[in-house]
Amino acid sequence: MARLPSPFDTLQSLQQALDSFRTSSWLDAGLSGGGAYPPINVFRRGEDFALIAEIPGVKKSDIEVQVKGRTVRVSGGKSVDYPTGSAVHRRERLGGRFDRALSLPFEIDPERVQAECRDGVLALLLTRAEHDKPRTIKVS
Amino acid sequence: MNDMTAKSDATATSQELAVREKKELTGEEKTIPGRFFVPSTDAYETDDGLTLVMEMPGVARDGLDVSLEDGVLTVEGRLDFSSYQEMTPVYTEYNVGHYARSFSLPDKIDQDNIGAKLEDGVLTLTLPKAPAARPRRIAVS
Repeated sequence: MARLPSPFDTLQSLQQALDSFRTSSWLDAGLSGGGAYPPINVFRRGEDFALIAEIPGVKKSDIEVQVKGRTVRVSGGKSVDYPTGSAVHRRERLGGRFDRALSLPFEIDPERVQAECRDGVLALLLTRAEHDKPRTIKVS
Repeated sequence: MNDMTAKSDATATSQELAVREKKELTGEEKTIPGRFFVPSTDAYETDDGLTLVMEMPGVARDGLDVSLEDGVLTVEGRLDFSSYQEMTPVYTEYNVGHYARSFSLPDKIDQDNIGAKLEDGVLTLTLPKAPAARPRRIAVS
C-alpha cells in the first residue's frame, strides 16, 4: 500500500528543526538579533533557497522586492486603523513600514527569482547564479 | 505601552514595524499535533457592533474554523505544511504553527449575523449588536 507522507509528520520535523536552530546560540549574535521586521526563515530545497516571511495585513501591491548580487531587500508597509468614533478594546496589531536586506552566501540569479505572497506569507524562491556555482575540474 | 500605541496611531505609516514575538497557546490542549500560537488581535466597538481583527499568516480559508457556542467564540486557523516538504531550514528567526484563540462574547451580539472575511492572512470578524442593544435616541416630547 502506498503511503503518502503525512503533513503532520512534516510539521513535527519542521518544528523540531526550527527549534534546534532557535535554541542554538549562534543565532543570538546573528544578523538581526530578532529585531528586524519581518522575521525571515531561510530554507534550502535542493540547489535552490527559499526565504519565507510572515507579513499579515500587507497588501501585495505594497511589497517591494529587490535583488542585487548576494543581497535581497524586502520593503513595504501596512497601516492599522480603526473607524472614527469606535472604542478600541484591544490593540495588539502593529502598523508601520519595514525595509530589510538580507545577505546570502551566494550570488542570486536575478532572472530566476520567484516571489509570491499568499495569505500573508511572502515566499521568495532564489536560485544561485550559474556563474557562481562551483565547478568540477577534471584532473588529467 | 500606552505611549507606544498612541504614537503608532498618529504615524501609522511612517513608523518602523517592530517584531512581535509569537505567543504560544497555553492551558488548553488540542487533539491535532503541532504548536498553536495566539493570534495578535484588535478589537473595537462601534454603534453597530464589535469587530475583531486577527492576524493569522499562512492560514487559508479552508483551514479556518470559527465557531460559537454558549456565547464563546472560538477561532482556529490551521496551516498547511505540505509546502514545507523537502525543505531544510538553514537559518530561522520565527517558528510556525497553527493559531487558536477564544473570546466570550457579550449577550448583546446578534449571533446569527456574524460576518467573517479573510484577506492577506488577516481575519476580520464583524459581530453586529442585537437590535435591542443598539444605542437609541429617545425623543422627549
